[in-house]
Amino acid sequence: MNLLIASALGVLTGCGVWLMLRARTFDVILGLTLLSYAVNLFIFTMGRLRVGAPPILDPALPPTLQQYADPLPQALVLTAIVIGFAMTALLLVIALRAALQVGSDHVDGDRDDPNREEASR
Amino acid sequence: MNWPHAIILPVVLPLMTGALLLLAERRAERLVPAITMLSVLAQLAIAATLAVQAAQGQVQAYLLGNWQAPYGIALALDRLAALMLVLTALVALASLLYARNRDANRGAHFHALFQFQLMGLNGAFLTADLFNLFVFFEVLLIASYGLLLHGLGRARLRASIHYVVFNLAGSSLFLIAVALLYALTGTLNMADLAMRVPLLPAGDALLIRTAALLLLVVFCVKAALLPLYFWLPETYGSATAPVAALFAIMTKVGVYTIARVYTLVFGDGGGLAANVAWPWLAWLALGTLALGAIGALASTRLRGLVAYLVVASAGTLLLALGLGRAETVSAGLFYLVHSTLMAAALFLIVDRVTSLRGEAGDRLQPAPVTTSPALLGAAFFFCAAAAGGLPPLAGFLGKALLLDAAIGSALAVPTWAVVLLAGLGTIVALSRAGSVLFWRSPATPASVPDAARSTPGQFAAIGLLVAAMAAAAAWAGPLHAYTSAASRQLFDPAAYVGAVLGARPVPAAIDIRREMRERGGAKGDKR
Repeated sequence: MNLLIASALGVLTGCGVWLMLRARTFDVILGLTLLSYAVNLFIFTMGRLRVGAPPILDPALPPTLQQYADPLPQALVLTAIVIGFAMTALLLVIALRAALQVGSDHVDGDRDDPNREEASR
Repeated sequence: MNWPHAIILPVVLPLMTGALLLLAERRAERLVPAITMLSVLAQLAIAATLAVQAAQGQVQAYLLGNWQAPYGIALALDRLAALMLVLTALVALASLLYARNRDANRGAHFHALFQFQLMGLNGAFLTADLFNLFVFFEVLLIASYGLLLHGLGRARLRASIHYVVFNLAGSSLFLIAVALLYALTGTLNMADLAMRVPLLPAGDALLIRTAALLLLVVFCVKAALLPLYFWLPETYGSATAPVAALFAIMTKVGVYTIARVYTLVFGDGGGLAANVAWPWLAWLALGTLALGAIGALASTRLRGLVAYLVVASAGTLLLALGLGRAETVSAGLFYLVHSTLMAAALFLIVDRVTSLRGEAGDRLQPAPVTTSPALLGAAFFFCAAAAGGLPPLAGFLGKALLLDAAIGSALAVPTWAVVLLAGLGTIVALSRAGSVLFWRSPATPASVPDAARSTPGQFAAIGLLVAAMAAAAAWAGPLHAYTSAASRQLFDPAAYVGAVLGARPVPAAIDIRREMRERGGAKGDKR
């Protein structure tokens, strides 16, 4: 399972970074989304991988660390997911607005527009 | 006043005000400016009270939800945090005075976003938990995205995309660093981390250094250090003036967190990762300072010039931290107060100057101005002298203290050379800009357009910042005494750790568990 998770993390991060370095806003947003998946999975793994262990105290189980999964990374991931989701939504709105207003989805605005330099001054 | 809950007020007050404003915007629009102003004034009063408390020298901890420290989130107030709170409230007051009735009306929700931004800033200064710091970073960032877009327009949209993407990538790195630290130590409370990082086995050396340096990258994104500052000139240059003035405090969040984390957790007592940041920081800060000055010289627009001055001042501050001694950090904190006020004032003045020049805007070329702006010119001259580090202002004192403290460190020669040359470059850039704007621009007494006429609030805002700068110079002695004490406190993490981990939850007035058991029992009996 370690190999599976580690390679999933690697592939997600690699794809995310590659997409993020592209010049179109949509690719960049997809890249950021993939990267945030990778990060969330990473946080989750940092609480150590354990299958079938509950994170909540159960009176039937002896109260030792061997019996339970660490609940804190799960709480952290939850927060990270919510924040990442909100940020992605916001970025989508900004990108859409920029694409509509500028007429191009290039991250630097419209490259071919002769007035670009003028407008940016 | 020594009310124990006062520490949480700088976070709760803007949060509540922001929420209230979102409601009031619909129902009672006329009340909105008054509510924000009251809230910011109250925040200034609270910050001043907290600073008076912190000046007595004790670190105060506040346990959120009454949970014992490493398990719950704790807030901590020391001299540095209190100083940052006061500075934030001061800059916010000026920015708000400036925005009232004019820039605030250029888009929706300005005041609410403004309050949320303040909440994020204050929270980041107070928190003693790394993950909570991440959350407050996100709060201040998401508010800043909204504020940056305030007023819309092509340039702003373009700058926003860069800024948002850059910061989202930074947040991902922050989470990776936080997760690594948690995996290694099992805690995210900064005081607890300071206890546990030195105990790590030697096999974890690489991992803990990776985590520490990743965290440094994230904070440097905020603080605009050398390879990571490219977002700043564009962002600050395209934001509306009061927003840019408020953003002057944002780079200082990065500086603050570096000062906090790399003295507390990865300082002298950092075990395998002791003092891991300083060598990187000092050299990169020298580069940032040099490039900031070069950027200021090369700017063709006034706002770009001021934005590069922010970069240069961030460079100076990080240099002071990177030298890694209590005296240099003290000088850096002294300079921090001055440079924040200076940058905020310059952004506001530049906006006034720009509005007088009609179509020429803030381009650095001679253009007719509609009135002869004597008062504005004087304010610009004052701030330029402040930015260049000329005596008798506090910028000069800050730099002199820094240079004095740098003698004897390994980097003394490059520090002296770069700080002095960058100061010269800044002076040249600003005097060239000033002479183009005020002397080579003929005044044509035409009718002044409405937008060019300054409101009393705008004058008050610039006056407030200039007066604060003058006060920092006039009372430089007490201010320096305070920053030295703050710096000594930073380099003595034991007090911080003791305060946070030693804080005990308040015993509950009612034992809820027993109560529930008894009530549950009573209910059971009835059934």
